[in-house]
Amino acid sequence: MSPPSRALAPRAALALLLAWLALYPMLVVVAEAAKSDAVGAFVSRPGEWGALWASVWISLASVALAAAVGVPLAFLFEWLEFPGRKTLGSLIALPAVLPPFVGVIAFLFLYGESGFAARAVQAVLGLERAPWRLQGASAILLVHAYSMYVYFYLFTRAGLAQLDESLIEAAQALGAGRWETLSRVTLPLLRPGLAGAALLVFMTALGSFSAPYVFGGGFRVMTTQIVATKLNGELSLAMVETVALALVAVAGLAVLRRTEGDDVLTALGKGTARRRRAIRRPSVRRLATAAGWLLTVLLLLPHLTLAVVSLVPYGSWTTEAVPPVLSLVNYQRLFGEPERLRPLVNSLWMAGLSTLAAVALALAAGALVGRRRPAQLRGPIESLIALPWAIPGTVFAVALAATFSVYSPLTLRWILVGTVVLLPLAYLVRSLPVTGRAVLAAYRQLDPALEEAAASLGAGRWGVFRRVTLPLLKPALTAGASLAFVAALGDFVTSIVLYTYDNRPISIEIMSSLRVSELGVAAAFGVILMVVSAVVLGLGARR
Amino acid sequence: MTAFVSLDGVRKQWSHTVTIGPVSLEIARGEIVALLGPSGSGKTTVLRLLAGFELPDAGRLAIEGEDVTALPPARRRCGMVFQHYALFPHLDVGDNVGFGLDRLDREGRDRKIAASLELVDLAGFERRKPHELSGGQQQRVALARALAPEPRVLLLDEPLSNLDPSLRERTRRELHALIKRVGITTLFVTHEQEEAFDLGDRVAVLSRGRLDQVGTPDDLYERPASLFVATFVGRANVLRGATARALGGSDGRVLVVRPEQLRFADGGLPGLVRERRYTGAAAFYQVETEHGDRLEVLGDPAAARMGDRVYLQAGTVMTFAEGRE
Repeated sequence: MSPPSRALAPRAALALLLAWLALYPMLVVVAEAAKSDAVGAFVSRPGEWGALWASVWISLASVALAAAVGVPLAFLFEWLEFPGRKTLGSLIALPAVLPPFVGVIAFLFLYGESGFAARAVQAVLGLERAPWRLQGASAILLVHAYSMYVYFYLFTRAGLAQLDESLIEAAQALGAGRWETLSRVTLPLLRPGLAGAALLVFMTALGSFSAPYVFGGGFRVMTTQIVATKLNGELSLAMVETVALALVAVAGLAVLRRTEGDDVLTALGKGTARRRRAIRRPSVRRLATAAGWLLTVLLLLPHLTLAVVSLVPYGSWTTEAVPPVLSLVNYQRLFGEPERLRPLVNSLWMAGLSTLAAVALALAAGALVGRRRPAQLRGPIESLIALPWAIPGTVFAVALAATFSVYSPLTLRWILVGTVVLLPLAYLVRSLPVTGRAVLAAYRQLDPALEEAAASLGAGRWGVFRRVTLPLLKPALTAGASLAFVAALGDFVTSIVLYTYDNRPISIEIMSSLRVSELGVAAAFGVILMVVSAVVLGLGARR
Repeated sequence: MTAFVSLDGVRKQWSHTVTIGPVSLEIARGEIVALLGPSGSGKTTVLRLLAGFELPDAGRLAIEGEDVTALPPARRRCGMVFQHYALFPHLDVGDNVGFGLDRLDREGRDRKIAASLELVDLAGFERRKPHELSGGQQQRVALARALAPEPRVLLLDEPLSNLDPSLRERTRRELHALIKRVGITTLFVTHEQEEAFDLGDRVAVLSRGRLDQVGTPDDLYERPASLFVATFVGRANVLRGATARALGGSDGRVLVVRPEQLRFADGGLPGLVRERRYTGAAAFYQVETEHGDRLEVLGDPAAARMGDRVYLQAGTVMTFAEGRE
């Protein structure tokens, strides 16, 4: 057999497997939506259009707000030197550690109607009622800005760090002032990074479910609308809504990709990064330091709030401004009662298993099409791996539920709804883009000469992989795996559609604890989730 | 000499141990001055002080009699060519060259861009992107961009270091012709003596942040002001002790003799030819004296062979006080 055809079989198999996992459910949902009569219902109901429009404008506003916070912060931390810059600069990325749903309930405890901030204001001003309600579009935007500015912050900082200082000096030598240099040189050069961050924020906000679910009230965006429709039993309408949201996501992706542009924007020479300017005037420096620390406290408050609330025993905190009793009783109950520990165990095994499978698939893709030389089916395999990223979690969950609620082995459909395997399957597919991107990028950087050297020294195929390839891929593997694991562990958006009582994950347990007002238990689960996430991400980032 | 550009006691302190200056230097209108020195000698800092990218801790900078010490770079009207050219990658060649031409209307700007590109022999390159150009073309675009706003002074930071060695000599000649044609006062930084001698009307030698000597290439080579200049500019045999005395030196002083000032004779300093490096028109010989010193001698290719016992005599020798090198 000639080499190309021998290599084609495993590639084709992988492509088909990925297509069945990532693409097939989407096609099923489109087909079922098209043949139902719910399209007419969707088109004629103003509520549907309202939710779709709300999703779009909330996402665009989230991009603007996140940029307004993240970009100036990046300039501050990259270009100026002041006491505490390094510590603050890494603390500032902390909201990324908070799983979205945990962040949302932390916000609820902190800024909600009966949260710390509201109680403090109420106590200070002697009000009879809470001074505000955290609800509607503004609440959703507040949470989005808090959790998503990190993308702009990190991308802008990376762009600034790569910026060749002599380009800025060249502009000045040619007579450009400070603002002119910023608008004509610095910002245009940062454009790819800014566009990338905008794309990430837009897609994240469009798929965001936790914040609209908890804070939306009567204000519906498409993700919450889909889940509500599904709970109402209007399954075919939910499918149409799902397709509508997916179309918006794909359209947004296409438009934003265009603004990224394909210009070569790297400087030609090696260039030097800008030296940080120390702030000279003592008063300004003190002000900058104070502002920096204030900001950090503000950013850390949600985490702290969660920790404090987790120490409040059930029913002990009623009208006081601060909780009167603090104890570890919630944690004791959590770890002492097997039935309460179940969600934690569930989340751990589902996240672990799905991450392992996603890494294995990514490695298979890397080994088959990841190397620098051209390979057949590379394009389709890479696209299928990236596809789930463009699909909001709710959409994919509904698609999976629709696909695997029918017994039809000939069309590769089985009844998985109501079993414990459907949710980890969803986690697996949602993890593919992050593990796949990490592993494929690492494969591309691999010097083929290293594997050839190992082979010439007598190592067999498996030996080369185990002794050379795998160790070289390890940093990328652990980074990708830790991100995937943390995302699956804290997942709420697919879980709420696909969970069963037997595999209910932490986020669902938090939700039901909140329903019965067991705030302390909910917060304790949140703290555990936060700590495990931080540890795993820390391990993943270690070289 | 009426100074067009003057640096007066300019000093920049980087840290407790690293200080540049005080440096004083005057440049006449239309003159090309080369700042020559080893890496770390502070030559780029001096250039950047004049451009305004660094502010001096002491001293005064003036251009055309105007004190520019505290002026921001944008208002100094110095054209600068960066070592890696710093062409804006998001703009095409035309917009790069036109970057500093805002005060002109559209038509005037286009005309000026065309004229500047014409000047560097790149007419019609307006719509190309920087990364589509060769290294030599990028360098010329950078030059056109710096010259387009008609600056008072042209500053060049290692203008040829990024080019292929085979390209350098030709580019050097073209650069010299261009600067002289434009007639602009120029200060450029280099660490290569050949480049400094070829391009500079005068050469300023920097060592450890200080100016050791400023003069014409002939001055520097024949009448170096310090041991550092004598050894950094051109080839030199540095001798101490008995060998130095044998060639006419005195105790406590360092003797420097250029290879072409040594010749084989019937009597004089005895030695053994250890190496012969043939260069075509002449040959360099390494001669080891009985004290173990090695001297480099430039002579006729047929003057001696490996292993020959020879005697050396010196023509012009230079002596310097022992001290900082």
